[in-house]
Amino acid sequence: MRPFFAQVGRELKLAMRQVGDLAMVVLFFALVAALFPFAIGPEANLLQRLAPGVIWVSALLSVLLSLERLFLADYEDGTLELLVTGPLPLELVVLAKTVAHWLTAALPLVVAVPVVSILYNLSAEAVGWLMLGLALGTPSLSLVGAVGAALALGARRGGVLIPIIVLPLYVPALIFGVMASEAALAGLSAKPYLLFLGAIFLVMLFVAPLAGAAGLRHSVE
Amino acid sequence: MHRFANPGRFQRLADKILPWSAAGAGIALAAGLYLSLVVAPPDYQQGESVRIMYVHVPAAWMALFVYVLIAAASASALIWRHPLADLTARAASPLGAAFALLTLVTGSLWGEPMWGTWWVWDARLTSMLVLFFLYLGHMALMNAFEEPARGYRAAAILALVGVINVPIIKYSVEWWSTLHQPASVVRMGGPTIDASLLWPLLIMALGFKLYFVTLLLLRIKSELAAARLRALQAAKMRAG
Repeated sequence: MRPFFAQVGRELKLAMRQVGDLAMVVLFFALVAALFPFAIGPEANLLQRLAPGVIWVSALLSVLLSLERLFLADYEDGTLELLVTGPLPLELVVLAKTVAHWLTAALPLVVAVPVVSILYNLSAEAVGWLMLGLALGTPSLSLVGAVGAALALGARRGGVLIPIIVLPLYVPALIFGVMASEAALAGLSAKPYLLFLGAIFLVMLFVAPLAGAAGLRHSVE
Repeated sequence: MHRFANPGRFQRLADKILPWSAAGAGIALAAGLYLSLVVAPPDYQQGESVRIMYVHVPAAWMALFVYVLIAAASASALIWRHPLADLTARAASPLGAAFALLTLVTGSLWGEPMWGTWWVWDARLTSMLVLFFLYLGHMALMNAFEEPARGYRAAAILALVGVINVPIIKYSVEWWSTLHQPASVVRMGGPTIDASLLWPLLIMALGFKLYFVTLLLLRIKSELAAARLRALQAAKMRAG
């Protein structure tokens, strides 16, 4: 376990060296979420109804932005080859990077949701459900994104290719995440949808490191 | 399966099969079209519009079948490094995407008079749209690398990750309440569709399947020919 936590610690330390990058992801999230009211109009009721979906899509796009760098820096300077041949199994390396990615790129978004929700006139209860859904859903987004980043490593136009690969696989998490918020706000139980989000997370927790490691091995061959 | 890893043996097999599958496709499609457009009765509710079903349903079956084929080829490529598996996935992907697009378009054309809308976000249509995007992503990933081998590997992994969508599409009409009708042919308890509608449908499905086999074999043969051409050109450059 120690090498795994050491790997997570390394990723976190590297990310913290450029805190500005993390701030940029949160800023992008806030900007996209702020953009929608300009497009759909300022009517408060409409904004309240659309808020869960809009905030989820903004979070999704923000997570997508930060994915390309997940493996690219290590790929370019040769660290990836060391990781592939190193003592920690490559699947755990992928998992460690994903954990660090979630902590630095997705968790700040969840924390930023209350601030962004002010723009949408959301009640405190709605904000709570939205944060819970995002907290359960964003780990899956990081995991699936890691698979996409590993597969597109070294490709031409990798920045555009990763969203093309990853967005169809994001759709279930998005659907269940938004439905959880909407159910809670309609007075129904959000539990089935949250359970589905948890199920998606558990499946991806198993599948993503395997697929990501397979992709990484092929990229350093 | 591994007997045909030898491209020469595969070429001979393909050359033997091709005339039969092409002729079979032609006959089945001609017979199927005649049966669906002329012989089959109109639906009591939908009238003549039901005849879109004879294109829409076989196209949907093919879109799903081709994805499963690509997933199997991808597994074969990753596990056994079967040389023709990568080419099969490469050749089949655009065909599957075309079938998926045909399904969506004919479904839209059918939905407009029947449901009053070109599109609805129910589970079946949404998961079919996701399948179409998965095909496009597969094609994009395969062609995104300078070195073709990396493209094949990456696309193979993507195809396997996305295969979870196929049972979701199949059972979407059972698990969720959808506007799209539930299964009437491939279901427990046998088909509920009448024989006068079922037989043209099955013959059209056979025609689509044989058409796909013909195109797939032609495409794999052309991929092998292109590889040979590249090898010959490389040898010529080295010699000259």
